Amino acid sequence: MSPYRARKEGMTNIVKTISKFVVPPIILFGIYMVLHGHLTPGGGFPGGVIMASGFILLILSFGKEVTLKKLKVSTASILESTGALIFLCLAILGIPAGGWFFVNFLSKGYPLKIISAGIIPLANIGIGIKVMGGVFAVFFTLVVFRISAKR
Amino acid sequence: MWEIYALAFLMIAGSIVAVHTRYLLSAVISLAVVGLSLCVTFLYLQAPDCAITQVVVEVIALIILIRAAGVEKDLLEIKGKREAFAATATFIFIIVFAIFAFAALTHLPKFGYPVMKVSSEYISRGLEETGAANLVTSVLLDYRAYDTLGEATVLFTAILGAIVVLREIGRKEK
Amino acid sequence: MIFFLSFVIFLIGLYCVVIKKNLLKIVMGIVIMEYAVNFFLVSLGYRKDGVAPIVTEGVKEAKFVDPLPQAMVLTAIVISIATLAFIVAMCIRIYQRYHTFDVTEIRKLKG
Repeated sequence: MSPYRARKEGMTNIVKTISKFVVPPIILFGIYMVLHGHLTPGGGFPGGVIMASGFILLILSFGKEVTLKKLKVSTASILESTGALIFLCLAILGIPAGGWFFVNFLSKGYPLKIISAGIIPLANIGIGIKVMGGVFAVFFTLVVFRISAKR
Repeated sequence: MWEIYALAFLMIAGSIVAVHTRYLLSAVISLAVVGLSLCVTFLYLQAPDCAITQVVVEVIALIILIRAAGVEKDLLEIKGKREAFAATATFIFIIVFAIFAFAALTHLPKFGYPVMKVSSEYISRGLEETGAANLVTSVLLDYRAYDTLGEATVLFTAILGAIVVLREIGRKEK
Repeated sequence: MIFFLSFVIFLIGLYCVVIKKNLLKIVMGIVIMEYAVNFFLVSLGYRKDGVAPIVTEGVKEAKFVDPLPQAMVLTAIVISIATLAFIVAMCIRIYQRYHTFDVTEIRKLKG
């Protein structure tokens, strides 16, 4: 029997089985929405929140120990800081390349292709990573604290 | 056009229920109704970016509120003379506020005919200047990228504050 | 006319923040006010018989809705998770300290 089924905490077996199959497509959909932010509706912000909600589903259905093996809170904090640093570096790199802060210095490309629009896809990736790390870290802290505050 | 009005009345009804009901869990569920009808309203107002973001963010906000509301049961409002005076005073203040605001809202441009001084430039030259097909993303990350940098900072600071407030110093789990 | 209805929702949220004694009800009033403001901003940019501001291939000139308020509302919606998480974190700390969510009790106790 798989070790995930034998645990006492978390939800019932039906929820655990379904969320085992559903969480990878959710994270993949979040990555799709982040990468296609300049072509379809969406972008970095909803894509990052969708990626975080995949991990939140893991917390709610399996409990916190199993989820901590997949993504620790310290890793999520490091991811959040890395995303913010990527965004800031792209902004500062505009000064030597173009002339002023935040200039769009990569090539514009053909419209409606995925590699186009200069630095916009890279900035979307940075923001997606940042929002995912941040929302997951704050949700985990709120949930874990509530469990230990119950008397 | 009548759909937007119907959804706005549904939002008003949902928010009145959320304010007046005694049980906290029912109030959170009425808040869910308000948020979801706001998402459908964004779709009718031709704003798919905002609709996607609204529904995803609202689900996480509901989960946080349900976890916080599960700790405490409902709370009865105690009726006394001081509370009745406070309620009437607030009501009168809100009516005065509403009269002045409605007089000011008539000076806005008519609904459906906005004054698009800056946005007409963004729409006509957005695709060739930035190369992005999604005009909202081009506004958010090219024309107004400084505001997005400010928003990333606010997000970082608020999450940092929330994690620091909930830190347990000196009390470890055995 | 839509602006009046969104302002009524804002006033309902304001009434909830001023009158109610339960701390979580006050937080719900703040959330209702945020919904009302986002509704108002997006409805400011609506253009009659307009389409969503996304360029598709083959379409030359289309009547686009104003994209500027939508960008601002996207920012505002994402910031509202962070502020909600911060407010709820403070409410949980208050509950741990005073064992009640009643605002009048919290104002009385000291230390």
